[in-house]
Amino acid sequence: MPEVQIRKRVVAVEEIFHEGGPVATTPHRRAASLVVIRNPYAGRYVEKIEDFMDDLKPLGLDMARSLVRALGGDPKAVEGYGKGAIVGSAGELEHGALWHVPGGYAMREILGDAKAIVSSTKKVGGPGTRLDIPITHINASYVRSHFDAMEVGVADAPRADEILLALVMTTGARVHARVGGLKASEIKGQDGLR
Amino acid sequence: MRANIRKIATFVEETSTEMGQSVNPPTRRAAAIAVIENPYAGQYVEDLSELMAIGEELGELLTQRAVAALGIAGPSAESYGKAAAVGENGELEHAAAILHPKLGTPVRRVLGKGAALIPSSKKRGGLGVVLDIPLGHKDAAFVRSHFDGMEVRISDAPRANEIMVAIAVTDRGRPLPRVGGLTKDQIKGEDGLR
Repeated sequence: MPEVQIRKRVVAVEEIFHEGGPVATTPHRRAASLVVIRNPYAGRYVEKIEDFMDDLKPLGLDMARSLVRALGGDPKAVEGYGKGAIVGSAGELEHGALWHVPGGYAMREILGDAKAIVSSTKKVGGPGTRLDIPITHINASYVRSHFDAMEVGVADAPRADEILLALVMTTGARVHARVGGLKASEIKGQDGLR
Repeated sequence: MRANIRKIATFVEETSTEMGQSVNPPTRRAAAIAVIENPYAGQYVEDLSELMAIGEELGELLTQRAVAALGIAGPSAESYGKAAAVGENGELEHAAAILHPKLGTPVRRVLGKGAALIPSSKKRGGLGVVLDIPLGHKDAAFVRSHFDGMEVRISDAPRANEIMVAIAVTDRGRPLPRVGGLTKDQIKGEDGLR
């Protein structure tokens, strides 16, 4: 199985106090963990790539832990999550799809019993490509106050033979959430949706 | 706080491999960025002392955030830099008022020393504008291994009436420095240059 070779890690944290409205009593926080790895399949078509998902699991756990730390250390403070990948130009979109299982598994593992599907996005792009990572509530995808996104990117990544892997966690609703819909307090928590 | 802060973002980058060569220990740099209201947006004001006071306040806050993000003590930081981006309703001079008169003293207080000029850049721009924060060794500006830069951006800032203020701090120079010049073990540390 290919070894996971890391070139660079980035942790980005945003702390949002207001957006023109009342200042939040507890600021809304978002954190992203970005890791740039070598793409073991760059430059050629490889049929069987699934095994690399297992290789990525320890990295996913490490990234999820770093996000909890960046948000203050308490997994219970995390209410939203999302994930994404940018594949360098010598790779294919399918290589980004390798991140679904290890990225999602890692966040659920670290957050305990998170029920909602981890929303995700991916693309092929050059160094500096930006990715808008979709964010939803960790236990009920329909919680409207938690629909959000965080833009991430690294100026010098991904190079052609690299993949940029991303995980995102947030501490709550948008800072001035007020468009109704299912509330976090109304979650039934059975199907991961409501 | 005199500054009306909408948001604070921090970024940490850790480079562990460069061109296939291991970087051990990894080089790390951090930037902390505040997005604040520009009290002089949309008008010409002769006396910019309010922004100078805000600069002093942010010098301390952002340096503390950047050092905390690296997880090191202030005096262990090796290089630094600062930058500001003014939204479209402000003037470049507003960035100058924040960065130059009073911001440096608290930066140096947090970092223990800092004989060298803090390299800086500034611009006016719209949402998502890129800031390249110049970096130089904090005690001797001529240390060649530490000439560097860190790119940062925040997708939703600066709005027209805002200013983005950034401070970057590192625990090391470039990943694989090999272009000669003054090295950090040769620093005399008297004039801030060598």
